[in-house]
Amino acid sequence: MAKLIKNRDIVEDNWKVLTLAANDTPETVKLPVGPLLVPLSVWRARRAELVRREWEQHDPLGVWLAPEDDPADIAADLDDFSVIAIHFPLAADGRGYSIATLLRTRFGYRGELRAFGDVGRDHLHYLHRVGFDAFVVKQPELAIASLDDFSEAYQAAANQPLPLFRRTLTA
Amino acid sequence: MYRYNEIDRRMVTERVAQFRDQTSRHLAGELSEDEFRPLRLQNGLYVQRHAPMLRLAIPYGVLSSRQMRAFAGVTRTFDRGTGHFSTRQNLQLNWVSLEDAPEVLAELAKDDLHAIQTSGACIRNITTDPFAGVAPDEVSDPRPWAEILRQWSTFHPEFAYLPRKFKVAFSGGRDDAAFVRINDLGYQLARNADDELGFRVWVGGGLGRTPILAKVLREFLPWQDLLSYSEAILRTYNLHGRRDNKYKARIKILVHALGIEEFARQVEAEWAPLKDGPATLTEAEAARITEHFAAPDYENLPKFDTGFEFAKRHDREFAAWVARNVHEHRVPGYAAVTLSLKAAGQAPGDATAEQMDIVADLAERFGFAEIRTTVAQNLVLPDVKRSALFKLWQEVGAAGLATPNIGLLTDIVSCPGGDFCSLANAKSIPLAKAIQDRFSDRNQVADIGELKLNISGCVNACGHHHVGHIGILGVDKQGEEYFQITLGGAWGIEAALGKVIGPSLAAEEVPPAIERMVANYRVFRRPHERFIDTLKRVGPESFREAVYGNSSIHEYAKEATNG
Ligand code: SF4
Repeated sequence: MAKLIKNRDIVEDNWKVLTLAANDTPETVKLPVGPLLVPLSVWRARRAELVRREWEQHDPLGVWLAPEDDPADIAADLDDFSVIAIHFPLAADGRGYSIATLLRTRFGYRGELRAFGDVGRDHLHYLHRVGFDAFVVKQPELAIASLDDFSEAYQAAANQPLPLFRRTLTA
Repeated sequence: MYRYNEIDRRMVTERVAQFRDQTSRHLAGELSEDEFRPLRLQNGLYVQRHAPMLRLAIPYGVLSSRQMRAFAGVTRTFDRGTGHFSTRQNLQLNWVSLEDAPEVLAELAKDDLHAIQTSGACIRNITTDPFAGVAPDEVSDPRPWAEILRQWSTFHPEFAYLPRKFKVAFSGGRDDAAFVRINDLGYQLARNADDELGFRVWVGGGLGRTPILAKVLREFLPWQDLLSYSEAILRTYNLHGRRDNKYKARIKILVHALGIEEFARQVEAEWAPLKDGPATLTEAEAARITEHFAAPDYENLPKFDTGFEFAKRHDREFAAWVARNVHEHRVPGYAAVTLSLKAAGQAPGDATAEQMDIVADLAERFGFAEIRTTVAQNLVLPDVKRSALFKLWQEVGAAGLATPNIGLLTDIVSCPGGDFCSLANAKSIPLAKAIQDRFSDRNQVADIGELKLNISGCVNACGHHHVGHIGILGVDKQGEEYFQITLGGAWGIEAALGKVIGPSLAAEEVPPAIERMVANYRVFRRPHERFIDTLKRVGPESFREAVYGNSSIHEYAKEATNG
């Protein structure tokens, strides 16, 4: 089974990511069994069914967001998810960093926030700072070291609510 | 100037270690070129025509003598002995090998220098007025605020993968030094009706393929809100800027598409929950940073120095230099001095390692060991006693840095162009040299007066040709190098974009065309009227005619109307 970095540990990843093939629609796509990350469109179309599925089958539920999705759309639903994942189709598409920041700092999401897609070890430090705590990354055993590329930061971020100047000056 | 503390230093050394590891993984084949590219760019490393180009940061154009010597050292050891001071106030080396780049950065880190975010789709090196803190007429010193924003933007985790590069400029409030209008984001120091300090905020400026001048986003932003408001702007841009087309990805396109009112509304909405949050600057932090820029130990000097006045009256060469290269200082008895990197035959902005060392020495002996770089690709010694100017001039002259041409036609701003840059359509440096050759008579150049001439080797406009009084742009016509001429650009708050005057010219046609335009100006000018003012008053037609003659204008008009 695939592995991922979660809370600075390397763990088995038993989640499936549901994607829509060309002839699927959010209303009709088949939901596999087991822990499942659904795209935002499926969550919107089949919310009641997904909640019931989790309740009755004990299959954990998560949602995944694409860069163009607005996290405000799930701000009221955060308690329904065990995992929120953000997809990086291209490493250079940095919208996911702002989406993560908003989920953590504005909407108060506390659960697992997972980065997947074009994610390499050289992105981990910044991803961690904006609030991700789980990373689907190649060679997680090697990559994990990059979480600590820097030991200090100037600006506030999701993982450090105070900027450096409020931490050092008031001490 | 800002002095690094232990934390600042640690961040730079950790960056060197990170980049060293990334480079070795790339060289070992573990990191593909596609994966490595954004990482090396955020460390200033481009792949160029001959070798990589390494762009080293000079935050807001301020550096110490010690740092200048460190630059000289790596220029000598890892380059072929010449560096290029760029229009972003940075230093570029053109011959550093990829394998050596981590070593260069490790060497520079010892003197608190780095190449962090000098390229890539992130917040770039911040620029400001080279006379910041010494200009007599500034509202307030922009350097502390530039430093505060430098720290905030350094390794900002949320804004490292923006749609495109993001350039920020600060202005002390003086009109002619405000490059805020050609930057993605510009903060112009201002005071409100209650005499509180803050910024007028400009957004969405930029040259390149679609030149646009920045618009006012907010008339007044209290200084306390600098970081939270910047965060709101950057987040709005990061989420909504276009990513489908790199030519439409700058913030100016987003601002233009939404309209400034709607963009401002979105920024304010994003800002509302951030305002008064932890990013709000405290008095203590502002005081801590400002203290680094406290005035050096100026002596109490008379406003006039008789020795200086005497030398000026008796040495015409010296007087010519003073007229162009010496600038008013807010402290009596002191002056700021521009060292020209525009000697005839020299590529604009280039300096040899020897010259860097000399400048480092001069800054120690004639000032407080501080040097500034300018957006116009020259160097500045900000604090020289008037009584020492004559001696300084002699030494500067011996180093080839005393060309009395600041603001004149031969003070050409030019990008490195086709000799180095792989994006270029044309070679800008040989053209700059040819123009300087054409105008080798110093008295004639002085008589022509203020005339800003800018050359870019391609539409990316690193030479800022749109805002030159005369702008020259390298274009490609069926594989041949040609140059398009624009007229009427201007810098500063009154910034204007030049307009193309006609069909592009071959390289050898450009210097005579400029000569004819200048001759035309001399026909029409009124006493003390600058080129740009004559141009505004009489309009471009006679200038166009001077370049093309009557007939070709009609041809061009026909071409233009036929689409
Ligand atoms: S303007 Fe074009 S040719 Fe000149 S440095 Fe920039 S990218 Fe290169």
